[in-house]
Amino acid sequence: MDFALMWDSLPKVLAGAGMTFQLTFLALGLGFVLATVIALASLSGRRWLSLPADGYVYVFRSTPLLVQIFLIYYGLGQFQAVRASFLWPFLREPFACAVLALMLNTGAYTAEIIKGGIRSVPWGQVEAARACGMSGLLLFRRILFPVAFRQALPAYGNEIILMIKASSLASTITLLEITGIARVIIAETFRPIELFIVSGGIYLVINAVLSRAVRALELYLSPQLKDSLDSEQRRQQALGVRVG
Amino acid sequence: MKKLLATALAAAALLLAPGADAQQRTIRIASEGAFPPWNATDASGKLIGFEVDLANQLCQRMQVRCEIVAQAWDGIIPALQARRYDAIMAGMSITARRLEVINFSIPYGSSPARLAVQRQHRLASWQTPGNVERIRMDALTPPMNTALEELRKAISGMTVGVQTQTIHSNFLDEHLKNVVRVRTYDTMENMVLDLNAGRVDAVFGSGANLKALSDKGDNIAMFGPGFSGGTFGAGVGVGLRKDDADLKAMFDQAITWANETGVIRRLSMQWFGFDISIN
Amino acid sequence: MELLSWGDRGWGDEMVRAALMTLTVATAAFLLGTVLGSAIAALRLARARPLRAVGETYTTVLRAIPDLLIIYLLFFGSSQALQWAAGLFGYHGYLELSPFMIGTIAIGFVSAAFAGEVIRGAVQAVPRGQIEAAKACGMPTALRFRRILVPQVARYALPGLGNVWQVTLKETSLISVVGLVEIMRQASVAAGSTRQPFTFYAVAAIAYLVLTTGSNRLFGLADRWANRGVRRA
Repeated sequence: MDFALMWDSLPKVLAGAGMTFQLTFLALGLGFVLATVIALASLSGRRWLSLPADGYVYVFRSTPLLVQIFLIYYGLGQFQAVRASFLWPFLREPFACAVLALMLNTGAYTAEIIKGGIRSVPWGQVEAARACGMSGLLLFRRILFPVAFRQALPAYGNEIILMIKASSLASTITLLEITGIARVIIAETFRPIELFIVSGGIYLVINAVLSRAVRALELYLSPQLKDSLDSEQRRQQALGVRVG
Repeated sequence: MKKLLATALAAAALLLAPGADAQQRTIRIASEGAFPPWNATDASGKLIGFEVDLANQLCQRMQVRCEIVAQAWDGIIPALQARRYDAIMAGMSITARRLEVINFSIPYGSSPARLAVQRQHRLASWQTPGNVERIRMDALTPPMNTALEELRKAISGMTVGVQTQTIHSNFLDEHLKNVVRVRTYDTMENMVLDLNAGRVDAVFGSGANLKALSDKGDNIAMFGPGFSGGTFGAGVGVGLRKDDADLKAMFDQAITWANETGVIRRLSMQWFGFDISIN
Repeated sequence: MELLSWGDRGWGDEMVRAALMTLTVATAAFLLGTVLGSAIAALRLARARPLRAVGETYTTVLRAIPDLLIIYLLFFGSSQALQWAAGLFGYHGYLELSPFMIGTIAIGFVSAAFAGEVIRGAVQAVPRGQIEAAKACGMPTALRFRRILVPQVARYALPGLGNVWQVTLKETSLISVVGLVEIMRQASVAAGSTRQPFTFYAVAAIAYLVLTTGSNRLFGLADRWANRGVRRA
């Protein structure tokens, strides 16, 4: 074990964290918007809306992210029509392709999480709000969204961590995030174990901090959870929505 | 309980294949299977190519059993050190950098490094100033320097694809880093896919390789001089562990034999259509 | 279409064989994950604090590190670790794990972290009163375990384990990096060799879709079977 090498490469690998965060949070942000639309379409009760929405969720949850990334990056580039289209300046860039793939992937999972959250809102609360004269956007903003958000938070926190991990696959299409940089240094030093331990440690720290932050937010939004087992149980239910 | 333990041990023995040193020595040789025509994978999943044929010839000569295994390029040296196999034949050049961690046999082939673009690219018809055909990095002459300087200007600002951990990526790093944008690929095939798609303006790689692909129909046009010497190393050799001195002696002998008897030239003509042997 | 034909010319038979390999590795990894996951769940539910800490650390670490890194670590580090362990028992030959074993173990380790959570949840879902009642009837621990705990935990955990299976199946796409010829590896070899990436990655996606859909059905059936004695409102 070459500890000096590990120490020396730590700042270099750490420099890739910027790219990891960019990929993750851009994909999460765009994916969240997409997921909200998909979830609403799926719950709309109109078949022509819910069928495509459910189909999208099913396909993206049933195939590996790696296949999705390769299909978008190498696959689309195969067609002259794509290369001649106005989308090409965008699809030409590996960064855009990675964000697109990660976004479509997290969008499918997040749609399920949002649906679960919305379904968990007690119907009585909605009726009560209606009785008070709230409707439409106001009802959504004041009642539906806050309650659903709190309910879905543990599952979404899980999703954030999974996306941090998933962004490591962007290294397979030439992007230099944490894993990508580790691989470049391995190329120079031929010491894979040392470098994978260093990068593994970085992911561990990032994810520990993030999961603490989500937990703190959870407690802030629902102070009654403190010292109760309830949140732990919800965390486990969250795993039912997406493990992996 | 005893029976269970016995079964477990038997299973473990099956799973943990013991290393070599059976009656006839078995040598495991790793290749990449994605670097045609040096090595490639055919539609039945088998490894084929110049190096696969050569490996079989060398092993016959050395009177050892040969097993050729596929290994992704970016882990090919670490896995040799981790003893997953005994030798590498994967179009790998003998360089000072690699010699720090592994050993090499004498070279069995060589191929100058070349730049390439799509055929319709303006640089496809680029004329090297002074008609310099080869730039030897270990013996630079003034015309070579001029050619290099002009080339630098011609490709300035372009995105150049290169396979990771290669003499080609090292060269771009050392000499053209601030001139072009470098994009590194895990395999040469993925790099060519992106050249075909137009994601990179140019690629830099083994000339033998690029020529063979161009002949087979890829949209590749080589331009500019060939590069060799210095960073580009001393030809392609068999990668070996440093502590395997006897294996190096065996390979050296067998390669010398294959050179003298024309085996390498014959296989080279068959796979490349031209001679890559070192005479 | 000729690209996907059977025989030496096309990649059809290779893709099918690769799909079988994916299924085999996924199954082996899932079984390993479930067994190991049960152990992790037991640790996390243990009364002794150090045991709980071990279980928790395992889950935290395995869930925080990208699986790609775990596979690489095992690939490059396993033979050294094995040699070292064998050395403790006085064996000094060369030992190594096949790519299949590395894939199985790496993916199994990862899915154990998830399976552990699912099983722990299922154990906690068994009403305490039932255990107490069994105790009161004089059932010894082993019998209690076999008759009360295991059948119910299996039932409660089944939907969650179905999820873990899906994840495991998809995760196998990552072991292409150690050279095991499963769907993903075969697809990228074919894509590189034929310059038709879209065709082959689409075929790969469909193969995964078929596998997940088929196994989802099986888990659905199993779930119905396991709940056949449960009265529904």
